[in-house]
Amino acid sequence: MTNNTSTSNSSSLANRASQRTTTDAALASKANSHFDRKGLVQLTLLGLLLLLPVAAYFLGHIYYVNLASRITIIAMAAVGLNLAIGYGGMVSFGHAVYFGLGGYVAGISAFHAFDLTPFMSWPFTVPGSDSMLVVWLVAVLLCALLALAIGAISLRTTGVYFIMITLAFAQMIYYFANSWPTYGGQDGLPIYIRNTLPLADSSNALTYFLICFTGLVLAMAITSRLMKSRFGAALTMARLNDVRLATAGINPYPIRLVSFVISAAITGLAGALYADLNGFVSPAMLSWHFSGELMVIVILGGVGRLYGPLAGAVLFVMMETLLGGITEYWQLFLGLVLLGVVLFAKHGVLGWLAGRERNE
Amino acid sequence: MSVTLLIEQLLNGVQLGTMLFLMASGLTLVFGVMGLINLAHGSFYMVGAYATATVTASTGSFLLGLGAGIAAAALVGALVELLVIRRLYHRPHLDQVLATFALILIFSEGTRWIFGSSPLWLSPPSWLTGFVTLPGDTRYPIYRLVLIGMGIAISIALYLLISRTRLGMRIRAGESDREMIGALGVNISKLYTLVFALGAGLAGLAGALVGALQSVQVGMGEPVLILAFVVIVIGGIGSIKGALLGALLVGIVDTLGRVYLPIFFQAFMPPSEATGVGSALAAMLIYILMAVILAFKPKGLFSAHD
Repeated sequence: MTNNTSTSNSSSLANRASQRTTTDAALASKANSHFDRKGLVQLTLLGLLLLLPVAAYFLGHIYYVNLASRITIIAMAAVGLNLAIGYGGMVSFGHAVYFGLGGYVAGISAFHAFDLTPFMSWPFTVPGSDSMLVVWLVAVLLCALLALAIGAISLRTTGVYFIMITLAFAQMIYYFANSWPTYGGQDGLPIYIRNTLPLADSSNALTYFLICFTGLVLAMAITSRLMKSRFGAALTMARLNDVRLATAGINPYPIRLVSFVISAAITGLAGALYADLNGFVSPAMLSWHFSGELMVIVILGGVGRLYGPLAGAVLFVMMETLLGGITEYWQLFLGLVLLGVVLFAKHGVLGWLAGRERNE
Repeated sequence: MSVTLLIEQLLNGVQLGTMLFLMASGLTLVFGVMGLINLAHGSFYMVGAYATATVTASTGSFLLGLGAGIAAAALVGALVELLVIRRLYHRPHLDQVLATFALILIFSEGTRWIFGSSPLWLSPPSWLTGFVTLPGDTRYPIYRLVLIGMGIAISIALYLLISRTRLGMRIRAGESDREMIGALGVNISKLYTLVFALGAGLAGLAGALVGALQSVQVGMGEPVLILAFVVIVIGGIGSIKGALLGALLVGIVDTLGRVYLPIFFQAFMPPSEATGVGSALAAMLIYILMAVILAFKPKGLFSAHD
C-alpha cells in the first residue's frame, strides 16, 4: 500500500522517500542516470574551486586566491538563502541583514580587541575578541536570534507581504547602521588586523581560502543532511502544499521558522568571513542591493539545488570581474543577463548544465 | 518657536506623505489589478525626474518639463509592460522580483551611461519660489505647499477616476476577478498596459516634483520605492484608500521622528549622544510602526486581497 502511493505520487516527498529506500527500481535507475551528468558537473565545479586557487597560490597570484575566497564566501551566503528560498519557498528579500550583522560582529569585535576597550561594561564586562572562533559563534548566535525575531513576525504573512516585510526589516537595520556613529556609521569600520585562529595562520591567503572553503562545504553538507531528514521532507511539503502538511498533523509555521533561522545563521557566518577577508565592514553589506544580488545568485545557479548557489556565485563574481574590467556599467549587462535567465531559462545554469532536478 | 516648528514639520510630513502616495498608488494598483510586484517602480520616478530636468533646462519652462516627465515615465512604463512585464503575470513572485530587479539595474546603469554620475540641476520655477506666512508666524516655502495641493488634487482625481469612470470600473472589476472581466469581453492586455502606464506616470510626476526639491540623480528612486513598499504594506496591498492613509502616516511619523526624537533624548543624555541615538531610532521608526501594525493585522489596515 505505501509502495503503491509512492509510485503513483509524483510529489518530491514521495520521491525522496523512495530515493532513500530505493525500493522502486525505475526511480532508482532514473536517479542513477542523473547522477552521472549531475554528479560530474558538481564534482568538477567543487574540484575546480578547490584546485585553481591552490595552483594560483603556488604560482604567486595571490589576487586569484582572494578572488576564490570571495566566490566561496558569497556562495556560502547564497547557500543560506537557498535554504529559505529554494527549499522553503520563503522569498526573503532581506538576507543581506544577516550577512551584514555577521560582518559587523567580526568588525566590532576586532575593533574592541584592537582598542583594548570593552564592548560593554555594564551589567557585566564583555571584552572584544580577535579570535575567529568567538566571532563565528557570536555571529551565528546573533543572526539566529535576529532571524527568530524577524521570522516570527514575517512568517505570519505570505507572498508579497513576506517579500516586502523582510525587505523593510533589513532596511531598518541598514539605516540603523548608517546613522549609528560609534562604529563608523555610513563610512564603515576597518578591521586593521585579521582575526586569528588557533593552529592556523589566518593572514595567509591560501589558509584563509581553505577556511572559507571548509565553511562552504560544511554549509552544503548541513543543507543536504537537513533536506534528507524528516524535517526536510516537512519543509518541502510546507513549500508545495502547506494545507496538506497541516492535515498530516505538522504545523508548517515552526518548520518554516526553524529553517529560516538556520538559513540566516549560515548567511551570517559567511558575512563574518567576508568582513575578515576584506578587512572592512560597511552598511553596504546590509543594503537591499546585496539582498537582491544574493537572490540573483541563487536564481542564476538554479533555485532549490544544492550546488546552485555555488554555480551562481562563480558566474556572478566572474561576470563582475570580467565585465567590470571592460566597462564600469557592467551592471547594465548583468541586468540584461538576469532578465534573460528569468524570462527564458527558468532552471538556472545548473539546470542547463546538469539536467533538471527530479522534483521540478 | 515650538508651535511654529511643529506646524512646519507637520506640513513637511504631509508633503512627504502626498508624494509617497503618488508612488504607492501606482504600486498598489499594479499589484491589485495584475498581482504583480514591481521593484522597477522607482525607475519610473527617476525617468520622470530626468526627463523633467532635461526638458526644463532646454526650454526654460518647468510646466513643459513636468508634462514631459509624466509623458516619458508613462511611455517607458507602457514599453516595459509590453516587452517584459506581461510575461511575468503568471509567474511566481520570485521571478517578478528578479526580473524587475534586473530592470532597476538596466535603468540605473543606462541612465548613468547617458547622463553621467553627477546630479542634474532642477529648481522650481521662479513664480513658485518664496515663502508664505501661515497663521502662527510660520514661514513656509510656497513650492512645498503647491506639492501638498497637487498631491491632494491628484488623490481626488484618482478617486474620481476609479469610482466614477468606465476605466475605473474595469480596474475595480480587475481587482476583484481577473478572469471574469476577460470573459465579459474587456480587453485585458490593453487594460493592464494602461494601468501600468498610469502608475508609471504618477511615479514620474512624483519624481519630477521631488526632483526640484532635492537633486536629480541615479538611484534617487530606491529610497522612495522602499518607503512606498512600507506604505502599501501598512495600508494593505491593493487598496488605494490604504495607500493614502499609509502614505500620510509614514510621511508624518518619519518627519516628526527625525525632528523630535533627538530633542527628546536630549532631555536625559548629553547632546552629541542624544543626536546619535535619536537619529538612529528615527531612521527605524516607520519600520517599527510597520512591524507593530503587521503584528496585529498581517494583511495591513485595509486589505483588498486575501
